[in-house]
Amino acid sequence: MSKKKTPPMSAWNRRDVLKAGAASGVIAGAPMFFSRAHAADYINEPTGKTVTLGFNVPQSGAYADEGADELRAYQLAVEHLNGGGDGGMMNTFSSKALKGNGILGRKVEYVTGDTQTKPDAARASARSMIEKDGAIMITGGSSSGVAVAVQALCQEAGVIFMAGLTHSNDTTGKDKKANGFRHFFNSYMSGAALAPILGENYGTDRKAYHLTADYNWGYTTEEAVKTSTEAMGWETVAAVKTPLSQTDFSSYVAPVQASGADVLILNHYGANMVNSLTSAVQFGLRAAQANGKNFEIVVPLYSRLMAKGAGENVKGIFGSTNWHWSLQDEGSQAFVKSFGEKYGFPPSQAAHTTYVQTLLYADACERAGTHNPCGVGAALEGFEFDGLGNGKTLYRAEDHQCFKDVLVVKGKENPTSEFDLLEIVEVTPASKVTYDASIFGGELGTCNPGV
Amino acid sequence: MELSAFLLQVLNGLDKGSAYALIALGLTLIFGTLGVVNFAHGALFMIGAFCAVALQRILSISTITLDETKTDFLGNPLKIKTPIVEEWFGEATGQLLIDWSVPLAILLAIPVMMLIGFIMERGLIKHFYKRPHSDQILVTFGLAIVLAELIKAYYGANQISVPAPDMFIGSFDFGMLIGMAKGKLIYPYWRIVYFLFALLIIGLVFAFLQFTTFGMVVRAGMADRETVGLLGINIDKRFTIMFGIAASVAGVAGVMYTPINSPSYTMGMDFLVISFVVVVVGGMGSLGGAVLAGFILGILESFASMRVVIEAIPGINQVVIYLAAIVILLARPRGLLGRKGVMES
Amino acid sequence: MLGLSRSDLLMLLFVLFLVAAAPILLNPFPEASRFAQFNAGYPDLMQRFVIFAIFAVGFNILFGLTGYLSFGHAAFLGAGSYAGVWMLKLLTINVLPAIIVSTLVAGVFSLIIGYISLRRSGIYFSILTLAFAQMSFALAASVLTPITGGETGLQTALNDPRILDGASSGTGNIPAPALFGLEMRDSIQIDFGGWLWTFNVGYYLSAFILLVAFYLSIRIFRSPFGMMLKAIKSNNQRLSYTGINPRPYTLAAFVISGMYAGLAGGLMVAMDPLAGAERMQWTASGEVVLMVILGGVGSLVGPVLGAGLIKYAENIFSKINESLLTQWFAFMPEGLTDFMVTIVSPFVGKGWHLSLGLMFMLVVTFLPGGLIGGVTGLFGRIFGRRSKAQGE
Repeated sequence: MSKKKTPPMSAWNRRDVLKAGAASGVIAGAPMFFSRAHAADYINEPTGKTVTLGFNVPQSGAYADEGADELRAYQLAVEHLNGGGDGGMMNTFSSKALKGNGILGRKVEYVTGDTQTKPDAARASARSMIEKDGAIMITGGSSSGVAVAVQALCQEAGVIFMAGLTHSNDTTGKDKKANGFRHFFNSYMSGAALAPILGENYGTDRKAYHLTADYNWGYTTEEAVKTSTEAMGWETVAAVKTPLSQTDFSSYVAPVQASGADVLILNHYGANMVNSLTSAVQFGLRAAQANGKNFEIVVPLYSRLMAKGAGENVKGIFGSTNWHWSLQDEGSQAFVKSFGEKYGFPPSQAAHTTYVQTLLYADACERAGTHNPCGVGAALEGFEFDGLGNGKTLYRAEDHQCFKDVLVVKGKENPTSEFDLLEIVEVTPASKVTYDASIFGGELGTCNPGV
Repeated sequence: MELSAFLLQVLNGLDKGSAYALIALGLTLIFGTLGVVNFAHGALFMIGAFCAVALQRILSISTITLDETKTDFLGNPLKIKTPIVEEWFGEATGQLLIDWSVPLAILLAIPVMMLIGFIMERGLIKHFYKRPHSDQILVTFGLAIVLAELIKAYYGANQISVPAPDMFIGSFDFGMLIGMAKGKLIYPYWRIVYFLFALLIIGLVFAFLQFTTFGMVVRAGMADRETVGLLGINIDKRFTIMFGIAASVAGVAGVMYTPINSPSYTMGMDFLVISFVVVVVGGMGSLGGAVLAGFILGILESFASMRVVIEAIPGINQVVIYLAAIVILLARPRGLLGRKGVMES
Repeated sequence: MLGLSRSDLLMLLFVLFLVAAAPILLNPFPEASRFAQFNAGYPDLMQRFVIFAIFAVGFNILFGLTGYLSFGHAAFLGAGSYAGVWMLKLLTINVLPAIIVSTLVAGVFSLIIGYISLRRSGIYFSILTLAFAQMSFALAASVLTPITGGETGLQTALNDPRILDGASSGTGNIPAPALFGLEMRDSIQIDFGGWLWTFNVGYYLSAFILLVAFYLSIRIFRSPFGMMLKAIKSNNQRLSYTGINPRPYTLAAFVISGMYAGLAGGLMVAMDPLAGAERMQWTASGEVVLMVILGGVGSLVGPVLGAGLIKYAENIFSKINESLLTQWFAFMPEGLTDFMVTIVSPFVGKGWHLSLGLMFMLVVTFLPGGLIGGVTGLFGRIFGRRSKAQGE
């Protein structure tokens, strides 16, 4: 927890702050209250022995468990940054700037908040971290709506935003911001990585039926999967939008078999995915035959945590994921070990991406020698690294998106434990999922240090 | 439109409708008999579902043995779990019990929900009979939050998979019965079971109110509580029992729903709004209206989600229930079968 | 003075004092203190307090006076928000047009919905308003995405036209909402001993508007129009026997409260230029209902208190995590610290909803008449006389 000791030069409010030594008399006549007196180089500049990070995760609502896992990863990252524990991925990280003495010698402290997976609540929570707690960086979240909203807020306020789990193309596409950075992969990459595997396994002569959650993430995912599968010869029979609040998908799933399609693609996440997949299996789609082939179901974005809710139904179903604990590289193993020993179960992809984002932020501060968002941003832009579980990775300067290998996974037929739900089918190299930075539009703008 | 596609959505509508009708039935019992706006009714449905989860967990309580030949994700010896019921009753019976945990959970849910209903009514709701509806809303909404949070604290926020017994996995081919090609009109067994179960419960509740003395008194109390009280009949006790019955109806509806959609702590709130809409569209104080409205709205929702319909009217699947509610309430001032003067002021 | 009775004037002055001194009153703990986490005197939350107070005060004009319980008022807040952001995007970054247009758009929207919904009364009316709001929410989040930004919300952008502002600033940053150059996020901070007080421009603009809205609400409560609305609540039927058609009066109350909601929506985007669809969801409509009931239906100050308490729980309790609790209880022996953390942690942080739910139940059970009823009852006991709830 940060307690500001109110040093005379610390500015913890948004901008253009003038501090008076005492209250009396100042209020009455001071025409220069709103003068642009720069007390600090950037907002919430830490001057004491500590630096405060804001972990803004869903703690209520359907994504609360994912949020809880993110929080565990953040706490682990803070412990490692401050020199505690076994150091986790700090030992395998290709950059050696982090020394285990906090960030730039300042002990890392943190505040937490509840996004409620609502843009409004998430922004309120982030603002309180910036205005009240003096957070210098905001991170976390489990949906793209929240990521886009909070990223915009951080841009306005002048702090760095390190996105958590957000998969929509928009986050680093049309809604990208100079102060925002995303490590997680996106819809485009899922489509590009999945298509070849689907082609290999199911053939290039397939008819696909899309069920798509009716909101921004659903649209970009449908678009990405459609484009990449059509490019290899698949035909899209239909794409039906389903309400985000839908709980029973029977009326959407029932007509699929008679539609002439032989693949069902569920552009759903979280509860939507669990429920639509369960319905699809109930209606016998997994065992069905169509056009002389086995009927198949595809889930473009898998979440292991939530796949558990679908139970047996995930078996044999292809999807993509950002990271999985069964990866055998040094970084992943180090992370699984320190997370598993602390909490007793393996981390989720949400936990992984948030841990990595925290380390990347801290490392960028060290390399830049400052917490100034502009300096940190410059240090992250174009940064190439390795050893954080996804192989060689590039933080692309043009859109602040990480480019790294993408995992294509399949629901495991014979799980050995309750965590062992997915098996890795293919690690698609980064080069296959890289796209031109301009295709989604949007402007980064310039970095904003908040003063 | 093909006949099979049409019939398929009728089946879907009946299936969705049976869930709506069951929840609305319990809600309208409380509305109608006790005059209480119960915002915690969705939570009762959710708790019912978690009775199934609890029973599954209880039956799966295991002894743990270490298998040195295999390792878990940290490289420690793998823990092998053997459910205690398998040790007690033998593997086959034990497996069968676990497999049938959802239907068995009904046996657990009825007493548990009765008890919860009694406690709720005696401990909380009865103090609010004479209070304004706004106070009832606040207290029951608070209770709904508390119940949901307790479940979340114990079971987490993610959905929990509770499968139906193996013999109900798969689908029944209605099309074959009426001479269609194979696979044209199939419907999952468990959803058929759910529909039949809903009819059974609805029938039982109606029969109970119609043909027993108890039911007669309650119906009289619904119509005129004071007069019944003056006749020297202890209506309060009967109302407590009605509350328990309403809670049980919601509970078993929740139990049987778990294989259709894996339960999570938010499912009560998910169903809350729709169940109020169903009750009001059916008409205040009318059990038959609630059931009818449940099925009508279920069928409308199913048809609105058809591709041809969505393509003709974009977004109709998002709003159809509310649109239908508005049209019905404007056409019929007290909903489908509502009685005059109930909750109208 | 101002056409108010002495007691009403005192009440207005009391509210004036509260909102003016809020940055000081809401920060009772020094920055370095162990309890600083309970301080609520930072711009975002103070803005929320007054904006939701406006929303609740307006809602009370409908619900408190006429007894008509709308379950769809969030739709007007949402419609106002969208209108406000569009003004900021198209016209000017000055918040004044945004706030005015938000109020007007919500007024028109509530006129249409109110005209239809008021054909029914009681719970039928409630469900009609709920249905309209849910439809607005569902459409805003999906098929209306080009207008509303969908689930992500509608935001200002670098390349917005902003025709009155001329060419965009060219700094690469989106201009912040301002009132004639005075940015809403500007603040003065005063360091007073260990206390840190933040006087924020946006907050004082919102607070000023709250005072105006509150003043209008008093005038409405005390007017013949207000009397008519109360008559509708107490006996609708008898009123119609006297030959008066109550519909125009209830519709007027509906539209006024809808405009209050739109005003709140406009202020929300003026403080923070983003409008999300979930602002229209039934949970948001339910929240304002709860605020009013919690504070005290039909009282003037009650809704303000109710709004404050709910927003305080949401923003303060949700941020208390276990490591903070461990710090708080660190002065105790180790075993006791762990025990206290275990006891308290289910009610804060991720469990903040539990506290909220319990609070609802406790308040309504033990304080009939809501917070304001409890406060006046307490005063009555202290001063030995039972004063009636303020504003009644």
